Amino acid sequence: MKYLAEYRDPELARRLLGELRAVATQPWAIMEVCGGQTHTLVRQGIDELLPAGIRMVHGPGCPVCVTPLEMVDKAVAIAGRPGVIFTSYGDMLRVPGTTGDLLGVKARGGDVRVVYSPLEAVRIAAEHPDRQVVFFAVGFETTAPANAMAVLRASRAGLANFSMLVSHVLVPPAITAILDAPDNEVRAFLAAGHVCAVMGFTEYEPIAARYRVPIVVTGFEPLDLLEGILMAVRQLETGRAAVENQYARAVRRSGNPAAQAAVAEVFEVTGRAWRGIGPIPASGLRLAGAFTDFDAETRFATGTIAVRENPECIAGAILRGTKVPTDCTAYRVRCTPRTPLGAPMVSSEGTCAAYHNAGRRPSTVEES
Amino acid sequence: MEVPADRPDLRTGTVDFGGVRRTVCLAYTPEAGVGDYVIVHVGFAITVVDEDEAARTLAVLRAMPGALETELGPAASAS
Amino acid sequence: MSEPASESSTAFSCPVPRTETEVVLLGHGSGGQLMAELLGEVITPALGMHGPLEDAAVLDLDRPEVVVSTDSFVVTPRFFPGGDIGSLAVHGTVNDIAMRGARPVALTLSYLLEEGLPLADLRRITDSVAAAAAAVGVPVVAGDTKVVGRGAADGIYLTTTGIGVRLPGAEVSAASGRPGDVVLLSGPIGRHGTAILAAREDLGFAGDLSSDSQPLHRLVAAMIAAGGPAVHALRDPTRGGLASALNELAAAASVAIEITESELPVPAPVASLCDLLGLDPLHVANEGCLVALVAPDRADAVLTAMRATPEGQQAQEIGRVGADPAGWVTARTLVGSSRIVDMLVGEQLPRIC
Repeated sequence: MKYLAEYRDPELARRLLGELRAVATQPWAIMEVCGGQTHTLVRQGIDELLPAGIRMVHGPGCPVCVTPLEMVDKAVAIAGRPGVIFTSYGDMLRVPGTTGDLLGVKARGGDVRVVYSPLEAVRIAAEHPDRQVVFFAVGFETTAPANAMAVLRASRAGLANFSMLVSHVLVPPAITAILDAPDNEVRAFLAAGHVCAVMGFTEYEPIAARYRVPIVVTGFEPLDLLEGILMAVRQLETGRAAVENQYARAVRRSGNPAAQAAVAEVFEVTGRAWRGIGPIPASGLRLAGAFTDFDAETRFATGTIAVRENPECIAGAILRGTKVPTDCTAYRVRCTPRTPLGAPMVSSEGTCAAYHNAGRRPSTVEES
Repeated sequence: MEVPADRPDLRTGTVDFGGVRRTVCLAYTPEAGVGDYVIVHVGFAITVVDEDEAARTLAVLRAMPGALETELGPAASAS
Repeated sequence: MSEPASESSTAFSCPVPRTETEVVLLGHGSGGQLMAELLGEVITPALGMHGPLEDAAVLDLDRPEVVVSTDSFVVTPRFFPGGDIGSLAVHGTVNDIAMRGARPVALTLSYLLEEGLPLADLRRITDSVAAAAAAVGVPVVAGDTKVVGRGAADGIYLTTTGIGVRLPGAEVSAASGRPGDVVLLSGPIGRHGTAILAAREDLGFAGDLSSDSQPLHRLVAAMIAAGGPAVHALRDPTRGGLASALNELAAAASVAIEITESELPVPAPVASLCDLLGLDPLHVANEGCLVALVAPDRADAVLTAMRATPEGQQAQEIGRVGADPAGWVTARTLVGSSRIVDMLVGEQLPRIC
């Protein structure tokens, strides 16, 4: 695809690495927030090529990974009800809940369907007026506009059989939660490029100023990441703390106003629990106003569910960036993409899955 | 592209992803026209690619000193 | 609790009871690690099968070695760009025979039909089988037909047996890879799996994607003619993709295989769909290419012979076999670092973002 291949040029990558080596004079810990960025860093082995001292800390940028366990259990409960067609993005199917996952519901005869776009769920609802169609709306700000449009369409079409199980999360509150943690070592952030394509980056300016951390809006290709890291390191070396935009070809400071308007019409900000991290105030979205009619939690009255995490899983530490998957005693032994103990091993953007699929082993890490 | 005149939120187009095509909702990129490059996410175009900026980024990267030059020492680095 | 002791402890050990092991899962058929475990834990021990898993078996008869293979075809949708379940059945069976260094001689074909399947579909599929078999030059000599009630099968399933005869000079086995061998790939990867995915209406993708389903027996004959016993191993990477096939060869022979990512021929539409859906082209199914491990002194001759055939025009060297780390497959990435390439684990799903 155009505007992708050019950003994978090995020669330019080598030059960026050379420039990084020339500029970095002391160790810095930089967090990339988006799971897609983590995936590229690990799959291409970029994090292992960075100059010694530049440490990439993988952040909670995987919405599948941070979906609360209780929400997964509610999804499993709803999907198991007779007459329900439960629709979801593919990754959520294998996230382990307390007693099982959505794929297990499907294997036992539940009607669980993977959709690429939330509009597909609306179409299914229109085609099956006799069935309850539920869509699992998980994601950061990037998918919120799409999910908002789905609700608007369903509302306009009067689809009373459509509902949404909402578990949206927002990035800036997660960044401040990381910065507020007493043991935080992260000194700069690579902000998620596509989140910012929607939201712009004005929200990050007060964070950079208050905490004195450089924040660089970065894309997803190898050259984007290397350039974003270089821009962050240059700021760190010169004592600057500004918001910069590496991903200028896709991101404008004010973002996408039409998308933001749709989100503001359908959703409102609320506190959310992040799996592995805990509750963060004003860090999520829920349906607002008249659209609360489409809320699946209310419609299905799932009530409170007793949740139980696997005790060996260290997803919380992984998502906060204080540990890496190779630190985990279950990694590759009892926890694999097929038998995941926690969410980061399931999603293609989860840190544990990224490490696993790149073949990282504990002994490999020790050698470097 | 299909643009029903009175329903801008129903605006859709066919996007070509390097030989793979799909119908994409263009409601959030009202400025997108045929021939433009867009970033697509779960079936929605969320932004139009600014080709001038793309060219500028690549030009900056290509202007960086070659690998050999940077190995000669910090004095050789352009910045 | 102990850390994984060393890289040699690759066997999956799980003292904790797993969920979902009491029923067959979709992933058990995906060609990756899950399927390997189903075979290794449930099927092969019960049937008394030991030794490396080959694509076709050599029979102990008083004859030049006869090889036999069997396969089932359950693809959905049954008609897709580049083929259908019928042509797929012929090509897949012929290729299993060919991967053992043999010339296909005959096929059998069993139909399992669901009540309500349109006869027009059945005719179209059977015509496709006939055309594919004629093009290969191999007759369908025996068969069977069963019909089950509506809902008991998904339209049509095909089961085949392939019978072949070892080519003179061929000594091909999955376990024969040796350090120093050259890894040759006959053509582009990722085409079949992406074509099937794109043909699934519910994802809404269309494009220049078509299955690479084709018979490879002439390509193999040319390779054996040029290299003889220097062609150590052959495998057609079907479900589970090139990564799974390379892992099987590395494990069976206890060798290391290193490939170079930039050398892999991935057509643009395949790469695009994989990008969009978060798939790795190395794990996507193929139906018309093969990977070979060839002794270094004959590799050039074999590659030249491959490129002279229609099926092998885009053949190229993609890597080398080494001694360490035994049983592992690694890849040099675009930016020059190295990573391990694992078998497909479970089932591939389109991603969220």
